[in-house]
Amino acid sequence: MTEPFEPKITAFVCNWCTYAGADLTGTSRIKYQSNVRVLRLPCTGRIDFMLLAKAFARGADGIIISGCHPNDCHYTSGNYHARRRWMIYRNLMDFMGIDTARITFSWVSAAEGAKWAELVNEVTTGIRAMGPYTEYKQLANAGVE
Amino acid sequence: MSRIGVFICHCGENIGGTVDCGKVAEVTRNVPGVVHSVDYKYMCSDPGQNMIKEAIREHRLTGVVVAACSPRMHEPTFRNAVAEAGLNPYLCEMANLREHCSWVHEKGDVTTEKAADLVRVMVEKVKRNHPLQPIQVPVTKKALVLGGGIAGIQAALDIANAGHQVVLVEKSPSIGGHMSQLSETFPTLDCSQCILTPRMVEAARHPNITLMTYSELESLSGFIGNFKATIRRKARQVDEKLCTGCGLCTTKCPNKKIPDEFNEGLSTRGAIYVPFPQAVPNKPVIDKLNCTFFKTGKCKVCEKMCPTKAIRFDQQDELVTLDVGAIVLATGFKLMATDKFPEYGYGKYKDVLDGMQFERLASASGPTAGAMKRPSDGREPETVVFVSCSGSRDRAKGVPYCSKVCCMYTAKHAMLYKHKMHHGKAYVFYMDIRSSGKDYDEFVRRAIEEDDVSYIRGRVSRIYEEDGKLVVMGADTLQNGRPVEIRADMVVLATAVQAQDGSEQLAQKLHVSYDPYKFFAEAHPKLKPVETNTAGIFLAGACQAPRDIPETVAQASGAAAKVAALFSKDELTREPQIAVVNRLPAPTFSYCVGCFLCQSACPYQAIEQEEIKGRDGSLIKTIAKVNPGLCQGCGTCVATCRTKAIDIQGFSNEQIFAEIMTL
Repeated sequence: MTEPFEPKITAFVCNWCTYAGADLTGTSRIKYQSNVRVLRLPCTGRIDFMLLAKAFARGADGIIISGCHPNDCHYTSGNYHARRRWMIYRNLMDFMGIDTARITFSWVSAAEGAKWAELVNEVTTGIRAMGPYTEYKQLANAGVE
Repeated sequence: MSRIGVFICHCGENIGGTVDCGKVAEVTRNVPGVVHSVDYKYMCSDPGQNMIKEAIREHRLTGVVVAACSPRMHEPTFRNAVAEAGLNPYLCEMANLREHCSWVHEKGDVTTEKAADLVRVMVEKVKRNHPLQPIQVPVTKKALVLGGGIAGIQAALDIANAGHQVVLVEKSPSIGGHMSQLSETFPTLDCSQCILTPRMVEAARHPNITLMTYSELESLSGFIGNFKATIRRKARQVDEKLCTGCGLCTTKCPNKKIPDEFNEGLSTRGAIYVPFPQAVPNKPVIDKLNCTFFKTGKCKVCEKMCPTKAIRFDQQDELVTLDVGAIVLATGFKLMATDKFPEYGYGKYKDVLDGMQFERLASASGPTAGAMKRPSDGREPETVVFVSCSGSRDRAKGVPYCSKVCCMYTAKHAMLYKHKMHHGKAYVFYMDIRSSGKDYDEFVRRAIEEDDVSYIRGRVSRIYEEDGKLVVMGADTLQNGRPVEIRADMVVLATAVQAQDGSEQLAQKLHVSYDPYKFFAEAHPKLKPVETNTAGIFLAGACQAPRDIPETVAQASGAAAKVAALFSKDELTREPQIAVVNRLPAPTFSYCVGCFLCQSACPYQAIEQEEIKGRDGSLIKTIAKVNPGLCQGCGTCVATCRTKAIDIQGFSNEQIFAEIMTL
């Protein structure tokens, strides 16, 4: 008997909105699925697409990127940079063989504790249905291990 | 070689009840580089902190991971403790086992596993932390207060009395805000203007306060201690220095049909007007949208009448730039838009009023000089119905929250009416009576028991006009929902308190958070009620949530105390998590190739150009350089850099990749 598949979700979140929003989820004791591991960054503008590629190479089955809503960025425009980069890198990632459907880009503000729980549950359930993501991991690690 | 100490906190049952902390400590002990790993009931307690300090000395730790609550909560506590033991505070990181794990997941192995993962992430990060020194920045000891209602006035006075300069900005022509419109205040029934106007005058005369009325914030840049605010001074079309406030122009203006905002449309004013008799400053302003001269190019009666020649038709808006160290937001509230109540006939029937209109009707300075006359025909209303929760606690109207002040002011309105019309009948429709405050419940009981106001527990479904009467259809839920029909002469709706128009745009200019109803968000719902998420910006009054006057004043004084504490130092320390450009020995000098993409990405203009020159003075290359005073550490430049020459201290590429590699 093999164990049921539990996806590994890596979340890149900004310190000011989504990290604080996820804190509020905790303070409000709203339960969500435990597959997600949150990595705190100052801003979504800090997210380099290499971080995403590396996370998949390490075996992440899904990725969440979440920051402040448009116009609400603590640093004025970091979330716009993140959004624009995502639009550009999506094609590149497609070309590299990364399944971009496994990346979810969202906005969760510091006041949206419930939304964070919904987002995590939605992504986890979605990725669980998609199954484990091994293709890119194998590709990235070919000849390394 | 790293020597990392890991300290797992049970937080009583908060973490310990869900996560097997002993097991996490045990698993962590096997992580390379970890030389000490323990769990303890309360890490933030004195014994807990002492454990950390002793371990640093005993095990010669080079880094510390405290796995406890959110770093937004206790990071300063533990960094201080680490510093006291002689380790650089930035070699301490926190793993968030409470908000991100134990509070949101069920007890079990999976949750303990996640906790261990989160600890491992931080262990790998802290191995790559470098000692950092906080940045010292000067503090401009001048405060900006936005909003000239009671909240702004109180905050400005308290800061000014602490000996600091304050600029008080108000968007309307006079300070005073909503409180100046109220007739009497609960629970004492003392006259609102009698207690407010001395404060208004004091604010205007205070040597430390600069008043900027008819002005609005245009833009803001900078950071705590060093904000740069641009204020738009809207053109009054009146030279404030020459004007004596005689008011002759306001009586001579031929255009007299403009609804008066101060009286909530119950009276009219001219195109040149002073909002109310006690206005501060007592200088008129021309309403350009309604002025005959601005509409047709002819008139100028006020200019001809003015004895001091103070009218300026050519005056333009003026932009003023201010350097300030702290900001208090006190922009107040508005009442729910009237078009939301078609079932109550608001706007259709002249005798259906909102709470603020009733205040004006009851006020001695109002359109009827305080006499109870209904707006439609000036008759005394024999029967008045007050409807509380008009919009509040009503999801259909988009306001699920309680507006907090309505129960009290409705009781007050009913009392004011009864005090003026002893023979009249006052009915109040209510859902619940919320009167928790000092002397508040006694006040409501007084309305019911002494002033004979009839309270009916139930909602009103419909109001319609019939034979000059307003028929109020409701239900009495204390009598099994028995239908109630009251033929009233006047109806007062306690409409919901909402965030001021433009709150969202203002929040975006200031980079402060706001909730789904556009009220500004405090940094912590319990422990940081006057701070915002943006350091140096504080909140006072109803711009944060519906508030009554005593709460508003207390909060304004709290915000002022925060500003005064900030101004008590000449310099403040800033987190050193800023970007740095890589530097290497010759002949490479830096990975930076001088493309300056980072410069175009930086929201703070913090990237400068640095020329690297040879011994003979010839230019070798131009590279980027970060101005540490301007950099806020967002890291947008890091993600933009093509050669990975720029990195951010505390969130470096090396650290984040190491975090990813643990997962």
